[in-house]
Amino acid sequence: MTQTSEKPTMGAHAETGNRVKLGLSNRLLARPEIGALVAAIAIGIFFIAVAPAFRSVDSLLTVLYASSTIGIVAVGVGMLMIGGEFDLSAGVAVTAAGLFNAMFCYQLGINLWVGAALSLVFALCVGFLNGFLVMRTGIPSFLITLGTFFVLQGCNLGITKIVTGTVSTPNINQMDGYGALNAIFASRIDVGAFRISITVLWWLAFVALAAYVLQRTKVGNWIYAVGGNAASARAVGVPVTRVKVGLFMTVSFFGWFLGMHLLYRFNTLQAGNGIGQEFLYIVAAVVGGTLLTGGYGNAIGVAIGAFIFGMTNQGIVYAGWDPDWFRAFLGVMLLLAVSVNLYVKKLSTARKVG
Amino acid sequence: MTDTIAEHADSQLSAGEPLVEMVDVGKSYGAIRALKGINLTVKAGEVTGVLGDNGAGKSTLIKIISGLHGHTEGQLKVDGEEVQFTSPRQALQHGIATVYQDLAVVSLMEVWRNFFLGAELTGSKFPMAPLKSKEMKRIADEELRKMGIVVKDIDQPIGELSGGQRQCVAIARAVYFGARVLILDEPTAALGVKQSGVVLKYTAAARDAGLGVVFITHNPHHAHLVSNHFVILKLGQAVLDKKRDEVSLDELTRQMAGGDELTELSHELKRS
Repeated sequence: MTQTSEKPTMGAHAETGNRVKLGLSNRLLARPEIGALVAAIAIGIFFIAVAPAFRSVDSLLTVLYASSTIGIVAVGVGMLMIGGEFDLSAGVAVTAAGLFNAMFCYQLGINLWVGAALSLVFALCVGFLNGFLVMRTGIPSFLITLGTFFVLQGCNLGITKIVTGTVSTPNINQMDGYGALNAIFASRIDVGAFRISITVLWWLAFVALAAYVLQRTKVGNWIYAVGGNAASARAVGVPVTRVKVGLFMTVSFFGWFLGMHLLYRFNTLQAGNGIGQEFLYIVAAVVGGTLLTGGYGNAIGVAIGAFIFGMTNQGIVYAGWDPDWFRAFLGVMLLLAVSVNLYVKKLSTARKVG
Repeated sequence: MTDTIAEHADSQLSAGEPLVEMVDVGKSYGAIRALKGINLTVKAGEVTGVLGDNGAGKSTLIKIISGLHGHTEGQLKVDGEEVQFTSPRQALQHGIATVYQDLAVVSLMEVWRNFFLGAELTGSKFPMAPLKSKEMKRIADEELRKMGIVVKDIDQPIGELSGGQRQCVAIARAVYFGARVLILDEPTAALGVKQSGVVLKYTAAARDAGLGVVFITHNPHHAHLVSNHFVILKLGQAVLDKKRDEVSLDELTRQMAGGDELTELSHELKRS
């Protein structure tokens, strides 16, 4: 066997003929968001056809706003799912962040900025706790975050009732700092004849940032690795625990952001809100091509998933249907999306004979 | 084929120099003694073949060298200094890299991302700094070609490569990032004849570049092709510890197949 060591490397170059450039269709099919894109176009055409009210720029902006309210948290949830974990507490964590800010400032008469900052710290602590418990105990994140989901849900109601005596927070629009915070989280910007909600811009910015981090940075590489195969990642020196805890905290950050939006848009929050929203984030991520088991997906796909949600949500209203059917429609969408994704993934990752 | 290895292997390595020494090493998990009285020396430029049946203690042995589990008895020395590892990272810092049969790569990730996983090239230390992806793709492609692995597309998920190729990418990666001791955990176990050949060639190349290799297998034929030294484990103890010229393939095979126990068994079976 030893003589092989002296062999020149010519052989490898001779083999370059084996290399084929994959066709455009194959390369496109290999992208996680392609199934969602096809679905989005189909749904868009469908509603344009059946709902005349759907065919205007104003409607598009409304759809985009609805998409952004799901999409912002879905960015974080999608990244977490690529990293192989799950967060069921994201929906009520949004409400918890808003409630914290509103009640803390109102009861103590403190500037809203202080409350917003402390609320962010609180949200990040919840995320850290989720991640820490998952990594420390080895219990699946589904169960751990189901636990925090119930804890937060109960605390939201219980604490709000103790503090305010009702199930909603007092109106905060007369307090110090309201104007600036409202401008950051809930303003509308005039562009020509149209008004765009600022959350749409935030959403697009977050998607762009997440796409950059996932595709172009070391941390992104690690996120795919810990989701794809945590043991392999650990064996080559990837700090698995830090990456996963960081992802849970990222979800918390986006949850806090949406909580701020809801608070400064409506000035008051219902303590029972947010239940069930966590599934919408997960649906957006899965419809967008994120693999439930981790290691596969991207930010653009999750954004398209949220956009499908927005279109469906508003499209049903514009078409004049009973919105009670919305969730049923969403369920069918989810099943279709998952099957399409599975099929596309099989097509694109099947070993091709070059 | 060995350019990668020759370029990146530590030039300080001189053949025969002991890199890792185990003196009377043992390991207990609670009341269970998985390994006892192991003496093993991994020398630069040599392959130590560790053979054994399932449950013989092979895994425990590599877990101790690679830092996954600490030993509870005896001494583990790296470059003559006694060490007690508490994590794989520490072992990696000593230049000990382990390629696990099932943990080698993240199959959904692209070949080049796998190659650089955990050691990505970036412009700065800032965690959000962009990856030098073009350079990483170029280096990964070049290094793999030097080994005779020509992938269709460096951007394809590594899961699309064959088992042997995946194993070679993992080995190449360990060597490229400066491993001095290479632990191969059953690298040929799940492979066909031809693929095994590729891995064995690469193992021999690593040896010739001066690395110390620990080759764990339960296939005596594969072990005999590349190893300079053989250790057979049975029930946590070394039952055979011989140099290449002291033992024949037949004896290795017989020992692996059960050895004396088998002879006894055949007598018993004859009687009844």
